Amino acid sequence: MNSSSILLGLAGVLFGAAPIMFAVIGETITERAGIINLSLNGTILLSAMAGFAAAVGTGSIFLGFVAGAVIGALVALVVAFSSITLKQSQVAVGFVLTLLCRDLSYFLGHAYIGVGGPRLNAVPIPVLSRIPILGTLVFNQDVMTYGSFVIIFLAWFWIFRTRPGLMLRGIGERPAAAYVRGANVNRLRYIYTIIGGAIAGLAGPAFSLSVKAGWAGSLSGLDGYGWIALSITIFGGWDPFRAAFGVYLFAFLQWLGLVLQPYLPNIPTQVLQVAPFPLMILTLLLVNISNAEWVQRVLATLPEGTRRVVVKLLRALRASPPASLGVPFESE
Amino acid sequence: MKKNNWLTFGFQVGAIILALLFTTAVLLLAGAPPLQAYLSVIKGTVSSMDNVTNVLSAWAPLLLTTCGVLITFAAGLWNIGIEGQIMAGAIFTTGALRLLQNSSLSTGWILVIGFLAGLVGGAIWAALAGVLKIFGGVNEIFGGLGLNFVATAFALYLIIGPWARPGIASTSGTLMFPQKLWLPTLPKVALSPWALGVGLIVVILVYFLLRGTHFGLRLKAVGKNAKAAFLMGVPTWQYSMFAFLLCGSFAGLAGAIQVTSVYHRLTPAISSGYGFLGLLVAMLINYQALWAAPVALFFAALNIGGIQLPIVLKLDSSLSGVLQETMVLFVLLVEGARQQLFRKR
Repeated sequence: MNSSSILLGLAGVLFGAAPIMFAVIGETITERAGIINLSLNGTILLSAMAGFAAAVGTGSIFLGFVAGAVIGALVALVVAFSSITLKQSQVAVGFVLTLLCRDLSYFLGHAYIGVGGPRLNAVPIPVLSRIPILGTLVFNQDVMTYGSFVIIFLAWFWIFRTRPGLMLRGIGERPAAAYVRGANVNRLRYIYTIIGGAIAGLAGPAFSLSVKAGWAGSLSGLDGYGWIALSITIFGGWDPFRAAFGVYLFAFLQWLGLVLQPYLPNIPTQVLQVAPFPLMILTLLLVNISNAEWVQRVLATLPEGTRRVVVKLLRALRASPPASLGVPFESE
Repeated sequence: MKKNNWLTFGFQVGAIILALLFTTAVLLLAGAPPLQAYLSVIKGTVSSMDNVTNVLSAWAPLLLTTCGVLITFAAGLWNIGIEGQIMAGAIFTTGALRLLQNSSLSTGWILVIGFLAGLVGGAIWAALAGVLKIFGGVNEIFGGLGLNFVATAFALYLIIGPWARPGIASTSGTLMFPQKLWLPTLPKVALSPWALGVGLIVVILVYFLLRGTHFGLRLKAVGKNAKAAFLMGVPTWQYSMFAFLLCGSFAGLAGAIQVTSVYHRLTPAISSGYGFLGLLVAMLINYQALWAAPVALFFAALNIGGIQLPIVLKLDSSLSGVLQETMVLFVLLVEGARQQLFRKR
């Protein structure tokens, strides 16, 4: 394998990571507000199908993406309504929705299986795309991939550098305190859940109109990405930059599996394809293990010097969720 | 019935009607004739003896998974890893049957050992999720999901690798077992009283376990408030772990039934989604074991009834899933609405 094909491969990693990036950033925003939208896996499938169908029907790729975002927002609205207004379990509703959206996508998308549809083209950015290495890697992509770069910075800036972003963190961490400071906690939670859902809804068309163009029902190979995105959200510690690192790491490892395939003839493709999942469990173990009680007990018995090093290491890995994630808020 | 109970009942009927309306809208959106679609589903369940036995054959594993998650729900756990636990059970059963099929043991014993192997396989897979949760701090939803995919990958590896059919590298499944290793059925119909018996015994067991025993009470205490239960002297993590093991065992038995009485081989989709379906049934019956058997039967019927849709009406068979899931969704929503409406009385 020569250097130029490696470069193209890595550009492909950034391209292939775009849909998951939208899902992860959307979910990060939602969870920052204190709501878990567990429907992600179904949302991605349904928005992929709806986005593809809309693009085929209208001939407009743009409307395909609009349809995806609308589906994402609608599903998120159901999550918000049932958990904020009706005070039902977010996990239960999210789980049912994830299955319902999946089955809806297979049922309604039946007529679109194998239909030819439009696909996003790469749009090289003038001048910048001619920079050696970086040009091929970053500036010779399609619009959604550029969008996936931008959304990381936008989300980070909004969450950590603006006043409304401070409020967003507040309603996820200490909603009572935010309420006292004049925030309408539940209304903001509605808004952020819907915005997060709409962003995550872009992931579907980003698959069906670009990365894995077309619709093939249950053979589309999209089932599972939503669950990975939910895990990466945890791995990312609800910070867009760390989340982006998680997304690219995942996409890179998937690509690596593909590249190494010829050198590992004894391992079937199907096994390499699921390699990310044990890895996902492992990363969740790494970021969570310091929360386990026995770890604290073992740590207390270590000699002072060793303990300090281990504690530092664990703290660097650890990801703590927003304190009020999944907890309903009542003002009275 | 008290007036309040009638009201709750009325709300639930309303939820089912809403679910039917929603599903009808979905059918219209797909350009399908709703009435014909529903009739086709009903015909698919009762029109022939074959259909009825298929429904009853699907009922047995679904009963097992439903009962399994009733235990983990009681302990406050979301055992999404149940799909992988069914798969692990199926893998272990297949392994045991392969090992023993040419031995001198009688077929009865081989099947019994196969079932026990399935039980152990499911329990091991559930124990992994339990260890990750209890000692690793990994939420059981994500640990379980990851383990589901790992179990499927492992099955695929076995199916195309060590257990491949001679001469064919196909992911569709292993070689079918000889008929003597099929779970015995009733004369003339493809229905195994053994599979159904296991399912029904487990329902009764779980009903009394959760309702009338000290163990069930403490399990529910752990689920409702683990810290308080711990302070009251309940060994909390042991109870959580036991809930995982019990649920995994039931799921493993469901896998064993799928291998010995439905597919007679190992396939990558051997769970038939009964794990997730069990979770849905448990939610729909509001975690009350009393209703597990009838509602599981109803869901099994919907599953079987939907199979003919692609042939008869050129529709995707996922319609059954849409109907099941909208029912659960609307029951959750309507129950929430009822609670909010009558909160400040």
